[in-house]
Amino acid sequence: MNESTPATAAPLARLIDELYKLPGIGPKSAQRLAYYLLRMPAAEARALASAIVEVKERVTFCSICQNVTEVDPCRICMDGERDRSIICVVEEPLDILAIERTQSYRGMHHVLHGAISPIDGIGPEDLKVSELLQRLRSGEVREIILATNPNLEGEATAMYLTRLLRPLGVLITRLARGLPVGGDLEYADDLTLKRALEGRQEIES
Amino acid sequence: MSAPRMYKTEAVILRQRRLGEADRILCIYTPAYGKMDVKARGVRKTTSRMSGHLQPLTRCMLQLAQGHVNDVVAGCETLESFQPLRENLDRLSRGLYAAELIDRFAPERMHSFPTYRLFVETLRRLAEAEDLDQTLRFFEMRLLDQCGFRPELEACSGCGSRLEALDNSFAPISGGAVCHVCAGGIAGARVLSLNGLKVLRLLQHGSYNDAMRVRIEGPLAREVETHLRSFIVSVLERDVNAAAFIERLRREGARHAVEA
Ligand SMILES: [Zn+2]
Ligand SMILES: [Zn+2]
Repeated sequence: MNESTPATAAPLARLIDELYKLPGIGPKSAQRLAYYLLRMPAAEARALASAIVEVKERVTFCSICQNVTEVDPCRICMDGERDRSIICVVEEPLDILAIERTQSYRGMHHVLHGAISPIDGIGPEDLKVSELLQRLRSGEVREIILATNPNLEGEATAMYLTRLLRPLGVLITRLARGLPVGGDLEYADDLTLKRALEGRQEIES
Repeated sequence: MSAPRMYKTEAVILRQRRLGEADRILCIYTPAYGKMDVKARGVRKTTSRMSGHLQPLTRCMLQLAQGHVNDVVAGCETLESFQPLRENLDRLSRGLYAAELIDRFAPERMHSFPTYRLFVETLRRLAEAEDLDQTLRFFEMRLLDQCGFRPELEACSGCGSRLEALDNSFAPISGGAVCHVCAGGIAGARVLSLNGLKVLRLLQHGSYNDAMRVRIEGPLAREVETHLRSFIVSVLERDVNAAAFIERLRREGARHAVEA
């Protein structure tokens, strides 16, 4: 945006520019946040800055399920009690939290880190699809639950994965209807999500 | 403060992006106001009763409240959801391609009745047609025409001489077909077969039914697609994103067919 007029000190202008890059932040919000940070006690500001640095330095992606983790493989992937024959495929790490909250799923996860959106130029090559295919090589997996969001991009992603995975002979299921179209999985209440998981159905061709 | 002015409009949702916690900005296409961005509050929450009506490629009746920057969706009702288009990836990818072209070509806040009608008809056709690619070619040619970028197909767009009934060339930079004399001096000119020229002319002059009556397949279909695409890319000065996904589905579909 770079609206830095002589009236704005250069470091402040730089902070506004950086904040503006964040999702959901417009120019006005970026300015408001920047002035808020400016007035914050120095200790709090330092804590925020170090949290940002730390998350970049210490948190990585699990080499198996692609979830965010401090240890690789992540705790869920290392958990011997979990059912390795089922993989639940979601768009974002937050969706795993939503599914874990239901306490009714004991299988494995896989995070795609997005959904197919052709108009935005986001295709399968931009998602963790080849990593998912890699996991199916072992022959251990017998079911894939497609738990992408019940919106256009999520459905497109589910249809694409169905096409790709069907020849491999695994059972492919989709969360049951009941999740309202257009809502995001991360906002679903536990009970609705639990029912959707339990009522999942095989995708017919 | 006075109550916001409310108005109603029919619209097709072209695309959406997240805004803040649970809102979305929708890019919509309307007959009377052309393309515009509107805000939909709370629609990412699963309790929203509006979100299902506001999915891309839905034709709906919107109630809008005038806002400071963007107008805000106050109510909506689905008029047409083009269901078969949502349930098949080949149809859906082409529907999204059409939506992307509308997004790129349509000016903001300018009425566009013929193009709106063309777009809605194209979505209906893509929900039923057997030859999806030919349906898209017809859409592309009409859209170019309506937006003032009609490719020249009768005379050479370089020297104006009549095109002879043999292989010529096609050069987006020059505005359409070019004779073999001019072709040598024009960057990006590619061979345009006589049949390719005939198909392009059919798409430009014929009705949809006329255009669909002729079965165009294989290399000829690819040739026509390449010429129209290069023309569009040259007008827009950028690629059409959704084309890459259609290409990928085609490639992978062919591979599956070979493996099966
Ligand atoms: Zn993991
Ligand atoms: Zn010429």
